[in-house]
Amino acid sequence: MMMSNELNWLPDLINKLDKKSVREAYGNTLVSVGADKSVVVLDADLSTSTHTSMFQKKYPERFFNVGISENNMMGVASGLSWTGKKVFVSSFAIFATGRAYDFVRQSVCYADSDVRIVATHAGLTVGEDGATHQMLEDIGLMTGLPRMRVFVPADALETEEIVRYVYENRGPFYVRLSREKVPVVHDSESFRFGRAETITDGDDLTIIATGILVSAAKIATSYLKQKGISARVLNMATIKPIDSDSILKAARETGRILTAEEHSIYNGLGSRVSEVVTESYPVLVRRLGVNDTFGESGKSWELMDKYGLNPMGIVNKVEEMMKVTV
Amino acid sequence: MQGSARSENLEEIAKEVRKSIVKMTFEAKSGHPGGSLSATEILTYLYFRELNIDPANPNWPDRDRFVLSKGHSTPVLYSILAMRGFFDPNLLHGFRKINSLLQGHVVNHIPGVDITAGSLGQGLSNAVGLALAAKIDKKSYRVFTLIGDGESDEGSIWEAALSAAHLKLSNLIVFLDRNMIQLDGFTEEILTLGDLEGKFRSFGWAAITIDGHSFAEIRRAIEWAKNEEGPKMIIARTIKGKGVKFMENNPEYHGKPVPNEEKLNEALKDIEGM
Repeated sequence: MMMSNELNWLPDLINKLDKKSVREAYGNTLVSVGADKSVVVLDADLSTSTHTSMFQKKYPERFFNVGISENNMMGVASGLSWTGKKVFVSSFAIFATGRAYDFVRQSVCYADSDVRIVATHAGLTVGEDGATHQMLEDIGLMTGLPRMRVFVPADALETEEIVRYVYENRGPFYVRLSREKVPVVHDSESFRFGRAETITDGDDLTIIATGILVSAAKIATSYLKQKGISARVLNMATIKPIDSDSILKAARETGRILTAEEHSIYNGLGSRVSEVVTESYPVLVRRLGVNDTFGESGKSWELMDKYGLNPMGIVNKVEEMMKVTV
Repeated sequence: MQGSARSENLEEIAKEVRKSIVKMTFEAKSGHPGGSLSATEILTYLYFRELNIDPANPNWPDRDRFVLSKGHSTPVLYSILAMRGFFDPNLLHGFRKINSLLQGHVVNHIPGVDITAGSLGQGLSNAVGLALAAKIDKKSYRVFTLIGDGESDEGSIWEAALSAAHLKLSNLIVFLDRNMIQLDGFTEEILTLGDLEGKFRSFGWAAITIDGHSFAEIRRAIEWAKNEEGPKMIIARTIKGKGVKFMENNPEYHGKPVPNEEKLNEALKDIEGM
């Protein structure tokens, strides 16, 4: 029997879960696809953090550290791509999408460049560095760009699959990763481009989650089951193009949708899901995310608990939603 | 034909280019004639004497590249690409109009255009990427780029400048159109750029200053560039609006075409009399 005090990440839950680094998964996959000589990797003085340094060790002749100049990095990436290079660029999400936004818009997306932006340190789980480094608006910035396709893997295995997908296909792509090791969701490969993955089936309500919140939704669902609530959980690893079919199926079959993400409630997964639902099959949608504030310093999982981005936050929202007559 | 062996007189070609710039912006009732007229000799020389390119095969992988980083100066580039046979000159009539190929700012799906640009300060970074790729692949093509002096207000120009020197990109040759005018007025009144040659040299570039309207000096500068190590900066002193008296050194014509037929004829007459 699961107790409600086990629904916060701390003090125990997060320590009991099997966790793996999505950054290492990225680095390992880069090394693997790097056997292809057309792969070139750029970083802006964060390679030991983003783990592009793993590629650098193996293929120093195709790795370039451009220094702390994210704008220039995006521009150089675009130029390289127009000679047939498959370019990966990495930095923290805050710099790759915020600092360099106009370069991403013009040099990458409008120019239709074959560039893959893989950003780490997204969201609150940056931890101690605080608000200046906690990117909570990047899904909005990147999904708003024509041609850009946007991914948020739920765990390390899905990161490997997505990095391999963006290697095999033509950019532009944005892949959003965390600094923290994240709970393992998958024991086998499951990623399909543009398709939501059903983690658990249910018919009272659907939780559509992305990134770390997928594991939170999975845990919340076990607890809700004990209380007689049958929740469906969808892992939305592709935010753009979004899987409208699965969203509308959930709307028709379960009548209520909760979205959950480590991102602002504005312009992220919640907004994208709401747009689909509102246009075609309006049902009750509520969003769990960061409520239009900046983050702050603290330990990652302390912050996730404080901002309600944990199984407890999901359970509370679900219980509220089940009281609404639909 | 691949670039270098055209026999036409460059001064005559430049006159035709200038007329086209004035006419196409007049027809569009929109566009940037001033900074196109200042760069006319530079682009004319590159496209009719220097660049190793093939209009019949615009995406030939070993071609020299040209990046119009000051991406608003499309009238001069489009006029020259049409004259060099990259596309039908009739398309110039569609410049800046709806459903046309020739967008206001340069875009890479136009035959002969290597790099999309328009948001200032990005093309030089793109050029660094192109030049770096040649280095990785040990290819001998060169990357020519045109940046503006107003454009050099952008911090990213200096990020790219650091990068090009650090990467020792000897195949990168940049012209800076030093016409002393940007949208709001004179460059040194808006933001002092000062000694650009010295600035680039201190960033690790080889740099010289020339008269950007002299074909002889442009030719000598390119010869000089062939013997220098690292990225090359050619500061081309130019006159904004060059060739049309009422446009010369007049900030008003940064982004405004001639206003009426009478002024158009006056402009064409000025150019003919150059």
